[in-house]
Amino acid sequence: MSKGKGKTRTIKVDYLARVEGEGALYVKIKGDTVESAQLRIFEPPRFFEAFLRGRAYHEAPDITARICGICPVAYQMSAVHAMEQALGVKVEGQLRALRRLLYCGEWIESHALHVFMLHAPDFLGYPDAIAMAKDHPDVVRQALKVKNTGNAIVARVGGREIHPINVKVGGFYRVPTRAEFKDLRAEIEEARDLTVGHIPFLAGLDIPELERDYEFVSLRNPGEYPMNEGRLVSNKGLDIAIEDYNDHFTEVHAEHSNALQSFVNGRGSYLCGPLARYNLGYEELRPIAKEAAAKAGLGPTVNNPFKSIVVRAVEVLHALDEALAIIDAYERPDQPAVTVTPRAGVGHACTEAPRGILYHRYVLDDEGNILEAKIVPPTSQNQRCIEEDLREVVLARLEFDDAALTHACEQAIRNYDPCISCATHFLKLHVERS
Amino acid sequence: MKAVVIGVGNRLRGDDGVGLAVCDLLLEDPPSNTEVYGFEHVPAELCEHWEGASSVVLVDACVSEGSEPGAIRRLNARDTPLAADTLRLSTHGFGLAEAIELARSLDALPPRLCVYAIEGRSFERGEGLSPAVAAAAKTVAAQIRAELEASCTSAP
Repeated sequence: MSKGKGKTRTIKVDYLARVEGEGALYVKIKGDTVESAQLRIFEPPRFFEAFLRGRAYHEAPDITARICGICPVAYQMSAVHAMEQALGVKVEGQLRALRRLLYCGEWIESHALHVFMLHAPDFLGYPDAIAMAKDHPDVVRQALKVKNTGNAIVARVGGREIHPINVKVGGFYRVPTRAEFKDLRAEIEEARDLTVGHIPFLAGLDIPELERDYEFVSLRNPGEYPMNEGRLVSNKGLDIAIEDYNDHFTEVHAEHSNALQSFVNGRGSYLCGPLARYNLGYEELRPIAKEAAAKAGLGPTVNNPFKSIVVRAVEVLHALDEALAIIDAYERPDQPAVTVTPRAGVGHACTEAPRGILYHRYVLDDEGNILEAKIVPPTSQNQRCIEEDLREVVLARLEFDDAALTHACEQAIRNYDPCISCATHFLKLHVERS
Repeated sequence: MKAVVIGVGNRLRGDDGVGLAVCDLLLEDPPSNTEVYGFEHVPAELCEHWEGASSVVLVDACVSEGSEPGAIRRLNARDTPLAADTLRLSTHGFGLAEAIELARSLDALPPRLCVYAIEGRSFERGEGLSPAVAAAAKTVAAQIRAELEASCTSAP
C-alpha cells in the first residue's frame, strides 16, 4: 500500500440510506492527478413527484413538506408559491410578511444546527459536537439557544416546529395575534446578540484556502434579501423569470449517480445557497449583518466555499434581525388566507431553502388536481459544484494520508450543508490503493 | 419543583410512536407542575426544553436482541452515560443518546434524568401500536405518574 508517483489511490465513502437522501463519496487519484471525484446522491423527491400526481393542489404543501425534516418550510413555500402562480393568486401584505417570518425561523434553526453541530467540529478538529461541547460549552449552549429560537418562530407561525401544519395555498389556516409574539420578541433579541458574538468566533477558525470561479445563482427581489420570490440571477449574466427555469437549466443523469445533476445551459455547474445569496444579495443584507460581516473580514464577494460557515452565521443574524422587524410591524390580517379558486394552469416557483434554490413546477387540471409535478432540490443543484471542489481539495492535498484526505473531503462536502451531512456518523470509509 | 416529560417517536412508523403515546396518556390527566412534550425528531437542543426542571423523564422506543415486544427498561441517564446504540431507532441522525450526551458535555443535565426505553415489535409504515407495546405505554405512563407524585411529596 504505497502512494508514490503514478500509483492509484481510491478514496471511497459509502453511505447508508437516510430520510432525506443517500449518497457516497468516491475519489480516484493517479499520481498527481485526480481521475475522478464523484458524489452520489439519491433523492427521494423523485418519488414525491409521482405521489403528487392526482392529488389536489391544496395537498402539495403538506405532502412535499415531508421530503425533509430540516427544511419543510422551504418545500411548503415553493409549493404554495407555485400553486398560487398556477391559480392566479397573489399573497401580499402581512400574510406575505408572516411567510417570510416563518422562513426566517427555518433558516435560523437549520443554519445554527449545521454551523455549530455539524460543521464547526470539522474546523476545530473534533469528531462531533459532543466532544466540541466539552471544550466550548458556552458557544455550543448559545448555539442551541439560537437554534431553539428558530424553532420557536416556526412553531409560533407554523403551528409546530417540524413539518408545520398551518401553511396553505393562499396564506395560513390561522394567523397569530400581535400578543402572541410578545415573549418571542425578547427571545429573538437575545439570539441576535448571541449571534453577533458568534461571528468573530467563526471567522477566527482555521479556514482552508479554496477559490474557484463559481457561477452563483440565487433569487433577486429588489428591496429584500433573497428568500421567497423574485427573478433568478447569477454573476455570469443569468437574469430570468422563474417560468423560464427549464429553458436555462438542464438536469442530467450522471452515470455514477441515481440523482440528477443540474447545469446552467451552455456553461456548466453552478452554486446555490448561502454563498450565492450573500454575493448576489449583499446590498440587501440588514445593516447589523453587513456590519458583522465586515468585522469578520468578509467583503461583498466571498469565493471560498469554506467561508460558508461564517456566511451562514451572517444569514442567521440577518434572519433574526428581519424577524424582529416583521414582528414589530405586524398587524393581524382580517383574513388568514386569500380565497383560491381551482382552475387549470401551470405554476413555477423557486424559494431559497437554507441550502439554496428549491424549484417546484406543477401542472393542474381544471379541478385543481395535479397532473405533473417537478421538484429540483438545492442539493442536487450543488452536486456538480461539490464534485469540482473535491477535485481541487484533493489536488492541493495529495501528500495527505487517507484519513486526513477523507476528513478534508467531508469538510468540503459540508460547505454545502447537503442533506447527507446530517448523517456524519453514518459515513463509512473504504480506502483502496494499488 | 418543575418536572418535564419528553416523548420521542414517529406515529407513522408503528411502535416507534410509543413515546408519543405515553405523552398522550399523561395529557389525559396532566400531572401538576409537569410539562409534557412530544417530538417527532430528537432535537439537538433537547436540554433547552428541560431548563429549570428538577426531574426529567424521556420516553422512546427501542430494539434490542432477545427482548420481548413491550419490555420496559428504565435507565438512570443522570449517573450513567447511555451507550450510543441503546436508542438507535431515532427518526433522525441525531439520536436521544447523543442529545443527552451533548447535554452532559454542557453540564446541562437536570438533577434527575431517567429514560424509559420500550421495546418495539414493528417499525413498518403505518399508524398504531402492537398490543404488547400499547400495554407497555399504559404501564409506563402510570409509572411516570407515580414517580412524579412521589418526587413532589418528597420535595422539600
